[in-house]
Amino acid sequence: MILFWPVVIPFFTAILCLLAWKSTEMQKGISLAGALALFGSALTIFAEVATNGPFAAQAGSWPAPFGITMVADMLSAIMMLLVGFVAVCVVMFSFSDISNEEIHFGHHTLTHALFAGISGAFLTGDIFNMYVWFEVMLIASFGLLVVGGGREQFDGAVKYVGLNLIATVAFIAGVGLLYGATGALNMADLHAKLAGRSSEAAILASAAFLLFAFGSKAALFPVFFWLPASYHTPSFSTSALFSALLTKVGVYALIRVFTLVYDIDGTLMQPILIWGAVLTMLFGALGSLSQNSVRRVLGYSIITSIGFMIFGLGLGTPLAITAGAFYLFQDVLVKANLFLMAGATARLTGSELFARSGGMWRAHPALSLLFLIPALSLAGVPPFSGFWGKFLLVTAALEVNGYFLTFAILATGFLTLFAMGRVWAAVYWTPHPSGPRAITGSLGPSTLVPILALTIMIVAIGIDANTYVELATTVGAQITDPTGYITAVLGGAE
Amino acid sequence: MNSVILSTTARLLLPLIVILALFVFNRGHNEPGGGFIGGLLAAIAFTLVEKSAGVEYARKVLYFRPLSIAAFGLGCTLVGGLWGGIKYGYFLKGVWPFITKLADGSKSGLPVGSILLFDFGVFLVVLGGVLGILFTLEEVVASETDLEDS
Repeated sequence: MILFWPVVIPFFTAILCLLAWKSTEMQKGISLAGALALFGSALTIFAEVATNGPFAAQAGSWPAPFGITMVADMLSAIMMLLVGFVAVCVVMFSFSDISNEEIHFGHHTLTHALFAGISGAFLTGDIFNMYVWFEVMLIASFGLLVVGGGREQFDGAVKYVGLNLIATVAFIAGVGLLYGATGALNMADLHAKLAGRSSEAAILASAAFLLFAFGSKAALFPVFFWLPASYHTPSFSTSALFSALLTKVGVYALIRVFTLVYDIDGTLMQPILIWGAVLTMLFGALGSLSQNSVRRVLGYSIITSIGFMIFGLGLGTPLAITAGAFYLFQDVLVKANLFLMAGATARLTGSELFARSGGMWRAHPALSLLFLIPALSLAGVPPFSGFWGKFLLVTAALEVNGYFLTFAILATGFLTLFAMGRVWAAVYWTPHPSGPRAITGSLGPSTLVPILALTIMIVAIGIDANTYVELATTVGAQITDPTGYITAVLGGAE
Repeated sequence: MNSVILSTTARLLLPLIVILALFVFNRGHNEPGGGFIGGLLAAIAFTLVEKSAGVEYARKVLYFRPLSIAAFGLGCTLVGGLWGGIKYGYFLKGVWPFITKLADGSKSGLPVGSILLFDFGVFLVVLGGVLGILFTLEEVVASETDLEDS
């Protein structure tokens, strides 16, 4: 039953926000309480997985593979924990970021519908059900993109909707082919049914469809262009949420499907994933150098990070998957932190364009240092969390003698450092174009608390890396050997 | 649009179509029908009123805000799911409080329970969602034609 709470709680919160449409203050309170409850349910699931291993729940007590299964292993549990944590941070930040008009148009309702979709996608054990949760997520994110109603927002939303609709059609086509070929939709069941059939035309075609679908959700090369075109248009809270969680759902789906359902070891899929990942990294890093506003740089840096995670999946060794998973986990925190920082900074300087902002270091030196921590972590500078992710990836690449791959990772890290340096120079270091007294405002606790909480987590993961790498190692072990997952799902059905 | 015939028939048809919608909804447990189709039918009834007498009047006839209806319906579906979760430990498990199992294995009683509640929630979500979209669109179109006229 506890596996259903992360879906039920956000829906209930969304309903209460809808019914309390008259009072924006009440909606804020409900929204924060809902996010805290979601975090609480994620903690329960994590505690259960950490002590007893993967476990499953069947809707309506229909046994798997006939009914709908919800299942959590370490990967799902940690992703849920991150969803809960980021949800609390972003909802708190939104109190000072979202206008009453946007709340009136349903910002909090849509945000919690988005949480429901994300949680469902992370916890479902059924590939068609995953499609349904992707839909829930998409509808909510369409709404969130246009809730402000500006011309720029509609422009971004059209590009976002365009590619995502095509990807969704590819997703359902892939699932349909898979079902036609095997008669199964439950992922644990598919694992057994697909063993030894990986060269059949229908199976290969479905794998290609799903790769395209998840690849475009995750913004993989060459289908990444929608991301930098749309992620800088909505409010800062919304883009923090999208960048921290939405693209990660695509990555999660790739990891889940291409280890559990399809066995990609030694097939054509492996070089496609590896080279796709390398090109994603390099294009993301190069793209971030040519931008001139904070969120556009960060948008391209999301693409870079996605490359790192998929690279771990493509290599496929236990160490590489551990590295990819570790990078995925810490990147959720880093991205949320960077986007919230960008929002706080833009509120003070009046703009997020490089040309129209500056002078932060002179006005708010402590806040400026808070930007440096996630930025350096993103570039992979020790002792922050991003360093360990890159360190593990490089180790995994050297293990298989991938010298060019190692070079690509290090070069991308250097380019990212350069891109972050440009942001630092333009927004923090150089004086504000309207003179030294241009920045007069200060930030309230609802802005600073989430940023501080995320920063503390990033530093804690960097310093106490051993604990977190061990968690990622458990994830890597469960992914490379999914026996525990499969028994949890199908065990009771005998 | 001001058609006497349309507005008179709409007033007559509204209760009829709503009753038909509830019939189709109730039929849906074992036969074609159900909450989704029933909700669409009920939405058609209110659409007819809206087309003949305008959005403002239709909103008055509907009485509740469309999105509140949808929210309440979503709440019904969740409660329908949680009911089985709390009683039997399985989310969405059917609960039939008015049905008793006889000694020979047959069942008797009123087939009303969590599944009907779930389906009724779907009915309300569809009704509220469709009307919410329709009324908003009509109002936007109306305000734009007003601008063109003046």
